[in-house]
Amino acid sequence: MKSPIVARVKQKRIAQLVSSGKRLDGRGLNDYREAQVEVGLIERAEGSARVRLGKTEVMVGIKVEVGTPFPDVPNAGVLTVNAELVPLASPTFEPGPPDENAVELARVVDRGIRESKAIDLEKLCAVPGEKVFIVFVDVYVLNHDGNLIDASAIAALAALLNTKMRKYEVKDGEIKMKTGYTQLPMQNYPIATTFAKIDNTFLADPWLEEEEIMDARLTMTFGKDGKICAIQKGCCGYFTQDQIMEVAKIAKEKSAELRKLVVKD
Amino acid sequence: MTKLPVFHEKKELVTPGDLLAEGEYTAGENTYKEDAKIYATRVGLVDYTAREVFVIALKAFYVPKFGDTVIGKVTEVTTGSWMVDINAPHPAMLRASDVLDRPFRSRKSDLPSLFDVGDLLIAKIVAYDRTRPPLLTVREPGLGKIVRGQLVEITPTKIPRAIGRQGSMVNAIKKETGCQITIGQNGMILINGKTPEDEQLAIMAIRKVEEEAHTSGLTDRVTEMLRKEKESDKNTDEEEE
Amino acid sequence: MIRIPTKKKSKKSTRKTDTRVDGRKLNELRPVKIEVGVLANADGSAYLEQGKNKVLAAVYGPKEVHPKHLAQPDRSIIRCRYHMAPFSVDERKHPAPSRREVELSKVIREALEPAVFLEYYPQTSIDVFIEILQADGGTRCAGITTAALALADAGIPMRDLVAACAAGKVDGRLVLDLVDVEDKNGEADVPVAFLPNLEAITLLQMDGNLTVEEFEQVVNLATEGCKQLYALQKKALEEKYVTVSEEVEEE
Repeated sequence: MKSPIVARVKQKRIAQLVSSGKRLDGRGLNDYREAQVEVGLIERAEGSARVRLGKTEVMVGIKVEVGTPFPDVPNAGVLTVNAELVPLASPTFEPGPPDENAVELARVVDRGIRESKAIDLEKLCAVPGEKVFIVFVDVYVLNHDGNLIDASAIAALAALLNTKMRKYEVKDGEIKMKTGYTQLPMQNYPIATTFAKIDNTFLADPWLEEEEIMDARLTMTFGKDGKICAIQKGCCGYFTQDQIMEVAKIAKEKSAELRKLVVKD
Repeated sequence: MTKLPVFHEKKELVTPGDLLAEGEYTAGENTYKEDAKIYATRVGLVDYTAREVFVIALKAFYVPKFGDTVIGKVTEVTTGSWMVDINAPHPAMLRASDVLDRPFRSRKSDLPSLFDVGDLLIAKIVAYDRTRPPLLTVREPGLGKIVRGQLVEITPTKIPRAIGRQGSMVNAIKKETGCQITIGQNGMILINGKTPEDEQLAIMAIRKVEEEAHTSGLTDRVTEMLRKEKESDKNTDEEEE
Repeated sequence: MIRIPTKKKSKKSTRKTDTRVDGRKLNELRPVKIEVGVLANADGSAYLEQGKNKVLAAVYGPKEVHPKHLAQPDRSIIRCRYHMAPFSVDERKHPAPSRREVELSKVIREALEPAVFLEYYPQTSIDVFIEILQADGGTRCAGITTAALALADAGIPMRDLVAACAAGKVDGRLVLDLVDVEDKNGEADVPVAFLPNLEAITLLQMDGNLTVEEFEQVVNLATEGCKQLYALQKKALEEKYVTVSEEVEEE
């Protein structure tokens, strides 16, 4: 992702601090920025949420529509995730079709939701083999200040939990809407946690300028049972196996903490 | 003097990332050093002196060096220069001022009459640093536009073998085929013979050198092959009469 | 030693505990065939078969970047295209790049970058093309293994080769090198790319469900697979060289 070039002097400062366990904004290595989650902002959407993670801002809207199932999964609804890095979010985002970063973002968020079976897709089947509900998760990045993956994943989860569908019944193979609403059937709450590696030190929730100098990035998504359901290594450096396991242990803890922002026990 | 540890026999084939040596060796060609360990960066034969570990690469592209003679093709004519493809990661530049004795008037139409797109040149590298295109000159004798002959391309790492110790290989080929041979460090070799058949012989010899560069006794084998070919050609000619 | 978790009694499973759909052992790689230097025009190339996977990789470069604004002042850039042929899968795949191919092109590039000395050739690009001619699971890993050979064949200086292999969980057992049907029906798939001499991981992804402990074992299994592939990569590079030596001795 092209970003405004961080001045070399600042790069050095960030790296120096990191090697002594500190960060430019005063956070500890494993600390996330302050996060705010708001839901239900877009009435026309079936569900919506906005997350602010530091200055990173992501909005997710959910639309639920009737469609046809995949031929090999005739009894289940369909999940589809799309992400847009809209130009207003950063001087480096160009208008146009999703680039590799937008595609990666969408697919990583999708993986977390899909592999953790967060949505009970079988409950979204109206007429097996013919009519099911399609859940469109649209991730809209509004301001890019680092760690779009975690912010988007939290927003997606919050939006899904906020999603209401019209009640319906099936008559003669047709879907008839009834009055009243029902929550989208959810059964897991995946949370993504991302770490940047700078000179063999790991930082949770990298902010934009840390992302620009990191040599590798590791995202791990956990379900509510502490199992890993998605992983994505990013950026052009490498990790040792020991480093990966070190990150996994911290990531598991952080994911449980972050989940509390969205799911009230 | 204590021998520092090496991990391969001389002339053993190594691949990128192979650990070659540890300790105070210098990292020579096609190797790199990290934490006092020296690794290969290319596929090739490892070799070492008392001080240095290096790899003779099987295949490597040409990286321009000051003073190298190269053969290239003009790909672009601009207002003050020509861009020349010398088979390197960056195209090289020949400035108009290098060629024109008279004060240079910025008329683009002057240049194509000297060298046009598609022309082949023999040139020498007069300047190169990684941030700018390599700079060429054609001012020395023997340099300039190529008007006839055939061009053969071999991998640049094998050029030293094509030349041979003190020119032994290239001279042998010249002698047996009667051809003029100009060798560019960038892997391009120009052959000018009295007949196309002579040129073909020379090309055959160079191809053999390229394939068997790592073996010994090659000069003799090449000479023998050329002699055999000339014999059989003569016999065919006699039969045809 | 791989700890095999107690197998759950499953109605559909009638297989013996230690073999898989294709008869392989749990920690067995598919049969692999490799050839280096197969395309005349490319600066470097390689062809690999791994089970039913057939992969072709080619490298062009380092060369000038076009358009120029993509060039980096201090290093070369790798441009990578992972692409599946329309006839490579059971149901014809549309030739236009899918989102999956876009993501895989990115992660494959990020798996190869750490191995290449990009800083030696500023303002240039190294183009890597991976074509999947036939697919049966694990194609991104096979693509990386093949592309690394193409880079070495092109004479591009590298810190290390890159070998890639996936491991995962299928029918409750931890297995190496999943075929497509195992990936689709199994519990987890973890593709890994590995620098064998530097012992570092340059690609790591996962989809599925694993505890942290299972994940650790799966990564170990995958890196073992990578090491086996590395030995085959070296052999393929050496073979290209040895054939010539033998021909000479015959004379």
